[in-house]
Amino acid sequence: MTGKRTLPTGAHFMSGDIACAEGAIAAGCRFFAGYPITPATEIAEHLSERMPEFGGIYIQMEDEIASIAAVLGASYAGLKAMTATSGPGFSLMQENIGLAVMTETPCVIVDIMRGGPSTGQPTLPGQQDVMQAKWGSHGDYGIIALAPSSVQEMFNLTIEAFNLAETYRVPTLLMGDEIVAHMWEKVVIPPTSEIRIVNRKKPHVSPSEYAPFMPEDDLVPPMACFGEGYRFHATGLTHDERGYPRTQNSEVQTRLVRRLCEKINKNADKIIKVEEVMLEDADVVVVAYGIVARAALSAVRKAREAGIKAGLLRLITLWPFPEKHVARIAGQAKAIVVPEMNCGQIVREVERAVKGTPVSFLSKLGEDPHTPHEILDVVRRCS
Amino acid sequence: MVQEVVHPFAKYLRSAMMPHIWCPGCGNGIVLNCFVHALDELQKDLDKLVVVSGIGCIGRTAGYTNADSFHTTHGRAIAFATGVKLANPELEVVIISGDGDLFAIGGNHFIHAARRNIGIKVICANNFNYGMTGGQQGPTTPLEASTTTTPYGNIEHPFNLVHLAAASGATYVARWTTLHVRRLTQSIKRMLQKEGFCFIEVVSPCPEIFGRRNKMRTGLEMMEWFRRASVVENFSDPSKAEISPEKIVVGEFVNTEKVSYERLLHEKIAQINEKVMGW
Repeated sequence: MTGKRTLPTGAHFMSGDIACAEGAIAAGCRFFAGYPITPATEIAEHLSERMPEFGGIYIQMEDEIASIAAVLGASYAGLKAMTATSGPGFSLMQENIGLAVMTETPCVIVDIMRGGPSTGQPTLPGQQDVMQAKWGSHGDYGIIALAPSSVQEMFNLTIEAFNLAETYRVPTLLMGDEIVAHMWEKVVIPPTSEIRIVNRKKPHVSPSEYAPFMPEDDLVPPMACFGEGYRFHATGLTHDERGYPRTQNSEVQTRLVRRLCEKINKNADKIIKVEEVMLEDADVVVVAYGIVARAALSAVRKAREAGIKAGLLRLITLWPFPEKHVARIAGQAKAIVVPEMNCGQIVREVERAVKGTPVSFLSKLGEDPHTPHEILDVVRRCS
Repeated sequence: MVQEVVHPFAKYLRSAMMPHIWCPGCGNGIVLNCFVHALDELQKDLDKLVVVSGIGCIGRTAGYTNADSFHTTHGRAIAFATGVKLANPELEVVIISGDGDLFAIGGNHFIHAARRNIGIKVICANNFNYGMTGGQQGPTTPLEASTTTTPYGNIEHPFNLVHLAAASGATYVARWTTLHVRRLTQSIKRMLQKEGFCFIEVVSPCPEIFGRRNKMRTGLEMMEWFRRASVVENFSDPSKAEISPEKIVVGEFVNTEKVSYERLLHEKIAQINEKVMGW
């Protein structure tokens, strides 16, 4: 017993932002740096109260750039670290997300998507940052991004995000939206013993032999932290396995950047999670994620009631993109429907993966997410 | 038998990263030298030292120091170091970076870290320009100075860094030039023994990039300027600490005690835990 006020096992009623904050604590996160922004603010507010109870650090930094930089520093100093923001703040963080990729810093970045571009619609949902999640920072890299559809998943996937970040030494993104963040729902907290926690792998060589960026078979290097006596150097410059700058060496650049991409791509099967509903005989498959997947599920059920063989492929992992899953369902379906709260982002990835199966895109912007009927209408037309 | 000669301070340097990238006449080596001397005189535990830098010539110092070191993005060294110091207050966190990095793109982080009084130590090598990027105007470029982006003379008023640091709440503020190696070393030692946010400006020659456009073509000529113009005015008003062709005011401007952010934070955490444990 720690004596701390951990949430008791069992059912609770809470918002998505609070569930995310509690998931972080459950995952072992002990450092949060952030800057207030709607609709992610409640994550910071809740952690400002909860973090000290676990001996953890909460700090409100002067901006989002400082927040992500502090998260990287805390991670290298040995703590599991997180920040939470929304679109405008996510844009500001991109350069240092790239630094996290380059220096292989485990950390979690929560982006609660609202309508954009620019200041956009601070209190309304969007799915307009999913391409920014993949391509937002400069240069080539692999990244992991998860998309929760419920308050329960805000809890579960925050834990999963930490586990993936620690496993692959990669910044991991939790791409929620305003609705999952602000909605209140039942969340079941499992017994602590049933929560799977992954910690970063540590070096098993002496400091003199340690090369901080020498990968093992899984392409991930073991990680020493500051103060542990390894005396290593890390830099955002192109570097060799010792961490030393090698900015004029094309072989080093190629080896490093390919590995940063491949450590995610080659482990994609282990990383990717999807939910498949009534796909066995589906003629029309709806591919959706986040809050939109809830309406999509309802539409698929209504379609079945009406005798249409519809199914749902819900993307839980957005990046790496579940290409194989989409390709497989496309092979057996007559049509694919992609509803998204943007002008077309994940639908492009779906189109790349399906090779020939017609894809109908249902775009929605503004106040409301898709209704089940709006999705059902498209499913009907495609059947 | 020829015995291999090892520099007595070799253990402080990452020799595998040598030779360094700095130009002849550059002051960065002097800054590193004084830093290493201070570490040696204090017998600092290198396993508990973290050196952080941003982008630019002096930013390479982090890599050259044989401690844990991190070379961040442009301007973000202080924000990164804040995370390090809060996550593990046992670490000695030193930032060695340049005027452009710390005060242009990084200016906001500097004033807020000083305001919070986070126990990180900042050494700024001020060479009045963006040396590595080719000598452009920066936030400390003197009025009328010629740079690659002020070919008709600079018309922007430069920051007075020691005034800025003092006004923002730093508990230790000093300025020296690379001519003042002993005083700089003593200053670094004093800073490393303090608790809160500390700042030392080192006016540093950049003859290859800045000096040759401003009638000081060699490191020696720039050092001659420092020798001719420097006046030690300890504990004088930092707002009046000028840097001009005629006068460079150097010295220790602020040395006060103020509880650090990390101490307040960890005390607060302890209080909360006591309350929660009894809950």
